[in-house]
Amino acid sequence: MFEFRSIFKKSKYMEVKNSENENGEKKPTIPSGMWVKCETCGKILYNKDLESSVMTCDNCRTHFRIGSRERINYTIDTGTFIEHDEFMISENPIDFEGYIDKLQSMRDKTLLNEAVITGEGKINGQDTIIAVMDSNFMMGSMGCVVGEKITRAIERATEAKKPIIIFTASGGARMQEGIFSLMQMAKTSAAIARHNQKGCLYITVLTDPTTGGVTASFAMLGDIILAEPNALIGFAGKRVIEQTLNQQLPEGFQRAEFLLQKGFIDKIVDRKVMKDTLTEILKIHS
Amino acid sequence: MVTLPFEKHMCELKSKIDELKKLATDQNMDLEKEIRQMEIKLYNMKKEAYKNLNAWDKVSIARLVERPTALDYINLIFDSFMELHGDRYFGEDAAIVGGIAQFNGISVTVIAQQKGNNTKENIKRNFGMPNPEGYRKALRLMKQAEKFKRPVICLVDTPGAYCGLGAEERGQGEAIARNLMELSTLKTPVISIVIGEGGSGGALAMAVADEVWMLEHAIYSILSPEGFASILYKDASRAKEAANAMKITAQDLIDFGIIDRIIKEPLGGAHTNVDEMAVSIKRNLEESLGRLIKEPIDSLLTKRYYKFRKIGKIVE
Repeated sequence: MFEFRSIFKKSKYMEVKNSENENGEKKPTIPSGMWVKCETCGKILYNKDLESSVMTCDNCRTHFRIGSRERINYTIDTGTFIEHDEFMISENPIDFEGYIDKLQSMRDKTLLNEAVITGEGKINGQDTIIAVMDSNFMMGSMGCVVGEKITRAIERATEAKKPIIIFTASGGARMQEGIFSLMQMAKTSAAIARHNQKGCLYITVLTDPTTGGVTASFAMLGDIILAEPNALIGFAGKRVIEQTLNQQLPEGFQRAEFLLQKGFIDKIVDRKVMKDTLTEILKIHS
Repeated sequence: MVTLPFEKHMCELKSKIDELKKLATDQNMDLEKEIRQMEIKLYNMKKEAYKNLNAWDKVSIARLVERPTALDYINLIFDSFMELHGDRYFGEDAAIVGGIAQFNGISVTVIAQQKGNNTKENIKRNFGMPNPEGYRKALRLMKQAEKFKRPVICLVDTPGAYCGLGAEERGQGEAIARNLMELSTLKTPVISIVIGEGGSGGALAMAVADEVWMLEHAIYSILSPEGFASILYKDASRAKEAANAMKITAQDLIDFGIIDRIIKEPLGGAHTNVDEMAVSIKRNLEESLGRLIKEPIDSLLTKRYYKFRKIGKIVE
């Protein structure tokens, strides 16, 4: 269904080490004296500048992929984030060989327990429930844990009559959990249906990449759907579509700008103004 | 009659029986006893073979061109089926067949994923792979059923949602997502039956139901075994291995609690006796519809929510 490697080009991703500050909170740090070259425009980007422009290239506006913890730091008011379900980890529902080991190595490598962090916090003083997916953990694939954490986050928001914001980043459903992963699409979508019935707000922010079973479920169900510039957003994999058609695909296919043109997203929002935009939307609906 | 790969060892015996029958007729000999004995032997071989089918065998049955399609069942199970077309926004998708029918005196909405029985038909039906307009037609008919309090019966049989350029441009992801969401709160009973291939999200978009059944040899999966093999084994030719690892058979899914019922097929598969298969499906529908129609809608919706809510294996 999807060729992961073609979309997860390492060169676009900034590797940022985590360190602990006095409060024991994980804080992203950038090794001093280092710089990177923007893959798109070739500009040299120094670390301080990169961090202050929230991991985007000031020259060409390329948005580097970032992890869930960084995203939360950029979005949620400092000191207000409370994480939920942080210790939830996956089982092996279809008994897939090597899956448990793979999960452990992912946890060791990313210091994450799964491909999504959920919780609550404030955005410029306004309460919200938030879920942020992380493409570092098994390509952000959705299995039972991602499905459960997101469903619980939505249900919490519905119960408390709070808005929910979900940042998506996923290669699709997690193959290793088979049919159980497929069912998470129904589970999360059903939770949103109930959230809607209560008149509560759901904002989706589509980030690069958002594909497969996540696109075909909660990602495309937001009341307001925002996307980061040039994010890859689609259902089927580019290679599969090319094989089906036996022809070249149009310029910018499956990028945020393309989806905007086709009528599927509300607004493309630069990461530098994402927090402000979310603040404004939350204010309108408060 | 088509021979499946795992039936090959029975071919020789079958030929012998045919030979004897011809001999009996041509030479006017009484070979009743011998023929009967061989037929019993063949029957037992078949029973044994069908008891021990692996996932890949099931895949080959589910994908048979001869396998009965949705319209075959619709015409046998329901009366006065009036097909309705179009999604009202873009087009008419022949991969989805839907409309209003009569079932034991009550009006029902039937929506199905439709494959072809031959190459020409398959091209017309896009091999049962719906475009977004197909899912939107399905949704339109479901909402119509809700308005007029008609139960909805979905027949699922698709290799998956179509992944063409146009499908992507018209929002295949959004179409599936919307159906998942709307079906979860549809205020009328919904029964979905996987009659052949339950291909991933494309199937699920019509399988968020109060009851999800599978025919005995149907399959229901996150992805095709070929796709799974190429992603996780980096080798599409390991599809057979993938099929077994993925747990895609009706037996697997009922053990997992993901489906509610398996409908037994005639020995040899539904294609050997579509009438018998239709009767069986009809009987099951009679029982379930009778029960679901009587249930208060709020209670029905709560149960439907928790049916999917409870699916997932995690460690806290």
